[in-house]
Amino acid sequence: MSIQSPPASSPTLTHARLPRQAPLMVGAVAVAVTAIGLVLGLGSVAAVLIGALVFLVVLPVWSLAVENRRSATDRMMTGLIWATFFVALAPLVSLVWTVVAEGSQALSGTFFTYSFYRTSLDQPVGVYHAIMGTLVITGVAALISVPVGILTAIYLIEYGKKNTFSRVVTFLVDVMTGIPSIVAGLFAFALFTLIFGPGHQSGLGGAVALSLLMIPTVVRATEEMLRLVPDDLREAAYALGTPRWRTIVRVVLPTSVGGIIAGVTLAVARVIGETAPLLLIAGIVQRTNFNPFDGSMTTLPVLIFSERNKGNIEIVWGAALVLMVLVMLLNVIARVLGKILAPKQG
Amino acid sequence: MSTTLTTKEAPAGGDPSPSWISERSGRGDAIFKGLTIAAAALILLALASVFIFLFTQGFAGFTQPAEVYSKYGSSFWGYVWPLLASTIVASLIALIIAVPLAIGIALVITQYAPSWLSTPVAYVIDLLAAVPSVVYGLWAGIYLAPKLVPIYEWLHEHLGFIPLFGDVVSSGRSISTAGLVLAIMILPIITAISREVFSRTPRLHREAALALGATRWEMIRMTVFPYGRSGVISAVMLGLGRALGETMAVVMVLSPGTLFTFNLFSGSNTPSIAANIALRYKERSEGTLEVLIATGLVLFLLTFAINFAARWAVARSERKLAG
Repeated sequence: MSIQSPPASSPTLTHARLPRQAPLMVGAVAVAVTAIGLVLGLGSVAAVLIGALVFLVVLPVWSLAVENRRSATDRMMTGLIWATFFVALAPLVSLVWTVVAEGSQALSGTFFTYSFYRTSLDQPVGVYHAIMGTLVITGVAALISVPVGILTAIYLIEYGKKNTFSRVVTFLVDVMTGIPSIVAGLFAFALFTLIFGPGHQSGLGGAVALSLLMIPTVVRATEEMLRLVPDDLREAAYALGTPRWRTIVRVVLPTSVGGIIAGVTLAVARVIGETAPLLLIAGIVQRTNFNPFDGSMTTLPVLIFSERNKGNIEIVWGAALVLMVLVMLLNVIARVLGKILAPKQG
Repeated sequence: MSTTLTTKEAPAGGDPSPSWISERSGRGDAIFKGLTIAAAALILLALASVFIFLFTQGFAGFTQPAEVYSKYGSSFWGYVWPLLASTIVASLIALIIAVPLAIGIALVITQYAPSWLSTPVAYVIDLLAAVPSVVYGLWAGIYLAPKLVPIYEWLHEHLGFIPLFGDVVSSGRSISTAGLVLAIMILPIITAISREVFSRTPRLHREAALALGATRWEMIRMTVFPYGRSGVISAVMLGLGRALGETMAVVMVLSPGTLFTFNLFSGSNTPSIAANIALRYKERSEGTLEVLIATGLVLFLLTFAINFAARWAVARSERKLAG
């Protein structure tokens, strides 16, 4: 072990340290071990695990030998804490890879334009009906939740500043974000059974269940955006004699519209993949149904679930890919809109 | 601040409005305010009606003849406890896996990663929350479960004397796999809230610890953890609430049986409450639906209580941190 000896004259104030590049060096060794493992025919998972283990063991041991116990602990924890991120990354990468690899084989022109309803035996099947069902149900859910959510947020921020009612609403909206989706489905199921009799299934029921899950997200996002609107703007409008509601509609909302649209898009992305409530209340059907008030309506998630049980694997992966692309697209749109339309501060 | 400038009491209090505020705009204000109050009240009404509808429609489910419950027991509680036990076991497995990971990732984002890297890291973890649960279920049931079998078999061979590690089902579709998928699904929410509280640790606390010669890990233990403890606890509770109510991942991963066992690798454990509803809602036999709605009510009350407690703890710790 080479520790550079301090100049004899001055007493040393720091203990010995590893070279700055020590983690990089050990990292290189770990990568080399992984590569050797791969060459020797270990599975990729096993080789990476062994490489990671080498890194997590060698660096602290080296540190313990040169530095002291405290530094060794610190280096080990640094390694472990970074490792958590890569552990979490693994399932995401694996899932996306599997869905893209398996799903892309199912995609074709007919996959998007045909439904499960066949008029002749050689007619191809596709998921057109499920895509339309998903869009209609999510659209209706958005139609219900967006006005309710935005108006509630306006009340909480503009009118009910800190009074008891608004505190209760804020709190319950938070609690509502944790309602299990199947409970929302059961609620819609019980409600529509009571109104229309047993066995009722419709897109509207699905939309009601989804709104229950969507409203809290919309309220939260809108609240956050309204808070960002500077009070100067409101005061300027009041000073011009503008009534309060016109100030909100013409000044406050346009200022925060970008963030609200982004929040609503994220809320849609959150509910578009919901399965359990739609399984109960929207059901499944072979034909394309555009009418949310009448009859069962297939959605992509429910189609994935039910065809998976029937063993129709290729279509299932294709539908999963379409659903993932829809969700990711909505997420990207929300991000871009939020950036473009963000209120200019200062 | 701004509100003091407005004629807040003017329409209601009969205070004569200045003549340049027309009568119509006062009415417009009242209507608009009424609309917003109605929307807020609608949310409360919706929440209340979830409870009321589940209760009125499911009430009959508590007292059905014994044969309706015969799937799992002979009374309502006999029917519901194996389901509840599975729900809780799967959720606990999820927490045991997810909590250390989430805390680690939150530390990466707030303490370890350089600032240019922490935003993308946080974004990637948020992506985990964006994946629909049905896709998780699909992936885990087909792709992940068989890959876990060797690990289960190794555990069974070497630690088989512990009743948790019993015989391994060859498909790998056991409650432990379901718990693992739930862990992946609740990771983002626990990470997001932990990240939030960790990032609020006062800079001075951290710098004081470092100035006294603490290593970074010692600094985290001395300042970040004590400061964020209550926040992390409520994050864990919110994660638990998520895990308890998750349906599709359990339905598509667990191969359901009728008997609850503590063997985590068994291929015939009872499904969770939510999964049981999704599996049996189509059964049209007399009374089944009421029983399912009643189990849904149990699930609703359980998750509501946990979320309520968690949110209350979050609000309290926020007040404490603000003050």
